[in-house]
Amino acid sequence: MADKPSILTDEMIAEIKAFLPRYPSKQAVTLPALHIVNEKLRYVPLRAVVEIAQLLELHPSQVQDTLTFYGYFKQDAPAGRCRLWVCRSISCALRGGDELLDHLAHSLGVKPGETTADGRITLEYAECLGACEHAPCVLANEKLIPSVSHQQADEFVQTVK
Amino acid sequence: MPEFKPVLLANVGKPESYTRKVYEQTGGYQALRKVLKTLSPKDVQEQTKSSGLRGRGGAGFPTGLKWTFLPKDHPGPIYFCLNADESEPGTFNNRILMEDDPHQVLEGLIISCFATNSAAAYFYMRCEYPLAYKRICQAVAECYEAGYLGKNILGSPYSLDIHVHRGAGAYICGEETGLIESLEGKRAWPRIKPPFPAVEGAFRKPTVVNNVETVACVKQIFDRGVDWFKSIGIPPDPNNPRDAGSYGPKLYCLSGHINKPGCYEAPLGITTTELIEKFGGGIWKGRKAKAAIPGGISMGLLKASEFHCKLDFNDPGKFGCLGLGTAAVVVMDETVRMVDFLLNSCRFFSHESCGQCTPCREGTSWATKMMTRIKHGKGRLKDLDLLLEIAENMGIMPGTTICGLADGAAWPMKNCIKKFRDELEIYIKSTNPSGWMETAAVPALQLLDIH
Repeated sequence: MADKPSILTDEMIAEIKAFLPRYPSKQAVTLPALHIVNEKLRYVPLRAVVEIAQLLELHPSQVQDTLTFYGYFKQDAPAGRCRLWVCRSISCALRGGDELLDHLAHSLGVKPGETTADGRITLEYAECLGACEHAPCVLANEKLIPSVSHQQADEFVQTVK
Repeated sequence: MPEFKPVLLANVGKPESYTRKVYEQTGGYQALRKVLKTLSPKDVQEQTKSSGLRGRGGAGFPTGLKWTFLPKDHPGPIYFCLNADESEPGTFNNRILMEDDPHQVLEGLIISCFATNSAAAYFYMRCEYPLAYKRICQAVAECYEAGYLGKNILGSPYSLDIHVHRGAGAYICGEETGLIESLEGKRAWPRIKPPFPAVEGAFRKPTVVNNVETVACVKQIFDRGVDWFKSIGIPPDPNNPRDAGSYGPKLYCLSGHINKPGCYEAPLGITTTELIEKFGGGIWKGRKAKAAIPGGISMGLLKASEFHCKLDFNDPGKFGCLGLGTAAVVVMDETVRMVDFLLNSCRFFSHESCGQCTPCREGTSWATKMMTRIKHGKGRLKDLDLLLEIAENMGIMPGTTICGLADGAAWPMKNCIKKFRDELEIYIKSTNPSGWMETAAVPALQLLDIH
């Protein structure tokens, strides 16, 4: 039986392997590998978990166990092109973080954790983003948006392609 | 006393402060040169110990003393983990250092690794800090180019590699053994101690875990001297035999209902009032303060009448708070309802409990369910006692959990119910006029969004 095509590309495999010399155990490359796959695919499907496990000489359940512990990795479907993390911890909550999250959920028509039908945005709540001087704040993929009003949030959402 | 000038934040705000070039213009890496040329690792340990430096990550453990717990003459390798998993609500001082002065952090880290004979350092950074990640990775590359990292640093026999390792969104990775488990590629379940990491840590080897601001202080100590460091701050409290003093500068994070939120540097021991008035420009909208978190949400609450509390390692305990924590002060104005504060706090900890110890997993979760019910007008006076019962029975202090997350979850509950009980009772009675006196079991409300 022919092998199914690998979900990990040669590029991903090379990137993962480049981490191996940094650690005395292969298992320590689990989080770096999950990040590499997640960056490329915007999620880590079970097939990728199995292939990562093969690369790191682990049982797939070990990788899956680690993956499911952390809130960052999606598994069922790719995240939207922009993952919008709205902080709900105390400093942001005092300046309207919860209301901002509700507003975005309403205007985007999704609940936290869900992706808009056009695949543009995944709305997420976050615990403290560590940018409390900019409360309420939002992390849009790699961009921190400080002191966001509802209007600014709507305007930002429009700019996401 | 001469006016205090920022040291840790001295470069922050300068153009391109994150580059090696700018860092070296103000004497960057001179401390490292001096240490490698003139001191032995043991000297560095001793001087750090005598400086009185205590860990800036939350627990306040004396840094030099922690280093001396490493086994003597160990064949190695010894590992150094830099804890940059800053996630305590209200805290962002490490982010500022990593984004705007990454070389200060790296210089302190290299000196600390030299002191502990570490063969490799893992820079464990939370993944929600994309800019800090970029800046630290660039700065590490610049260090290799300049010979501050790699084989035979600056021609000395000492060699070191630094590897940046990203977390994946879990508060518990800031607990040092949770961090180690996470680094090893597992779920971040804290380990039972002993053995302490200094004896058996990452990859079963002796390991030191220190915070970002702590190593930045190490760099300053070897630039300016132990006497300079000890001239700042507050000596040990003679009435508290367990207090090791609060020396050195400290980064205070100020947020919440304040005119000028931000990260400010002051000598350890500034009062809450001074911080709010002198740096924060007072309470916003001309309002009055009601309460403040003294050092990250897990430290509990100060009432406005307690703002003379000194923000050092000793004083918050006198006001019933857990400690100084991360020195992140979150101010609440008079319009804040404490039921909202406490629900927010409980929700955070139930989300972040790692699930390993039952008292924490179930305790934080039930506290959130009860607070949700109270918030939605179905509270009973009895619930406050039940919440206290949960709070008093989860944590390292009662001996029911492996790590301190549950103590941190319990403290806001204890402080809030003790210091604001009247207000909570009034809320319960007024929102549940027909059921507040109920004592029979009631069903929890449906919760959709806590985990």
